[in-house]
Amino acid sequence: MNIFTMIYEYRSYFLTGIQYTLLLAVIGVIFGFMLGIVISLMRMSRFWLLRFLGTIWVECIRGTPMLVQLFIIHYGLVSFGIKFTPVESGAVTLIINSSAYLAEIFRAGIQGVDRGQAEAARSLGMGSGMTMRHIILPQALKSVLPAIGNEFITVIKESSIVSIIGVADLMYGAQKVSGITYDFLTPLLIIALIYLIITFSLSKLLGLYERRLNASDNR
Amino acid sequence: MITVKNLYKSFGKLEILKGIDLDIFKGEVVVVIGPSGSGKSTLLRCMNLLETPTSGEITFEEQVITDKRHDINETREKMGMVFQQFNLFPHKTVLQNITLAPIKVKKQSPSEAEVIGLDLLQTVGLAHKQDAYPSQLSGGQKQRIAIARALAMQPHVMLFDEPTSALDPEMVGEVLEVMKKLAEGGMTMVIVTHEMGFAREVGDRIVFMDGGQIIEQGTPAELFGNPQNSRTRDFLSKVL
Repeated sequence: MNIFTMIYEYRSYFLTGIQYTLLLAVIGVIFGFMLGIVISLMRMSRFWLLRFLGTIWVECIRGTPMLVQLFIIHYGLVSFGIKFTPVESGAVTLIINSSAYLAEIFRAGIQGVDRGQAEAARSLGMGSGMTMRHIILPQALKSVLPAIGNEFITVIKESSIVSIIGVADLMYGAQKVSGITYDFLTPLLIIALIYLIITFSLSKLLGLYERRLNASDNR
Repeated sequence: MITVKNLYKSFGKLEILKGIDLDIFKGEVVVVIGPSGSGKSTLLRCMNLLETPTSGEITFEEQVITDKRHDINETREKMGMVFQQFNLFPHKTVLQNITLAPIKVKKQSPSEAEVIGLDLLQTVGLAHKQDAYPSQLSGGQKQRIAIARALAMQPHVMLFDEPTSALDPEMVGEVLEVMKKLAEGGMTMVIVTHEMGFAREVGDRIVFMDGGQIIEQGTPAELFGNPQNSRTRDFLSKVL
């Protein structure tokens, strides 16, 4: 069976896989992004308790394997009566994971904005929240956009581990097709290509957005 | 209008301000001069609490702003500040730089803020730059925009922190010209500067600082013409 007949014959597996992979990646990226901003602000807070909690969060999540986190959330939390479906567990794992990495990226970006920017905003009577939202964050996000893009691509690829707990993503689909056809290479090549197309489109899209943001840099 | 009483400020173990007493009156142009590291900028930055004083009291329009319960944002609306490094917002156009705070803080409508903003741009001679970004402007133009941005909040006093120190020599004049117009219009101003000619011409009162203290103050004629303190004489002999 050649690669094209395989794609056609088992298209339902691959299409379902694309759906679940994209669904998890989008959820992981969007909520991870929002949670990441909150965590990074906690890490720079005036209050030591918030700073402490933010640091613990980042260190624990960055310092442990995602597979372990996934198993704790999916199998471990059952003993506390918390039961997630595989998709839910996968989503939660991806969100908390990307939040920790993105929080560090945001922190670097925020701290990289010149102090004079905040001083100018505050001297105009803007409060600290307003200054963060209108002056600091837009500049910080722009400067770390390439790093954010990197993290998005990582989330898409890492999402493949959720196949282990039975989410019907691309990886899961490939394994199913291998099981049926006893061909262990072609399905993997197919999904590798699909992952590549997704991540490549995303990085092109981000590049476009980056150029638009750079409009204010034209000299 | 502004009263500074027995102000002390330390950064760690380093004592920058050692007991400053100073009154700024309405409509007055006060120019603060002195050698580098004398605490001029720190004093200015304490006046709108960009630096928190270690001890002492600052009063602005009958309100003790160093009081912890005082809402400093409200006071800062009425105190415009211009920085050495301009600090324009690079991601916003010239007009957006000017209208942002009036819209967000003073709750002006965007159209109202734009009318006022364009008017101010006219005043500083940069109306044609309203849609430019700060990176497309020269230093002198940036500083004039920064002045317009501060004026858009309709402040009662303007604080200038070495506004011409980061400029190429040929651009100093255009910024001083704008400041002079402002002074002639009756704006209360506190200016930290190294431009002695400007200080003499525009200042109503000159304050000389050294080592974190006010050594001497008086009219430009008194201070430049007949300095009483040996440190003042020493400093002036080096810069004039």
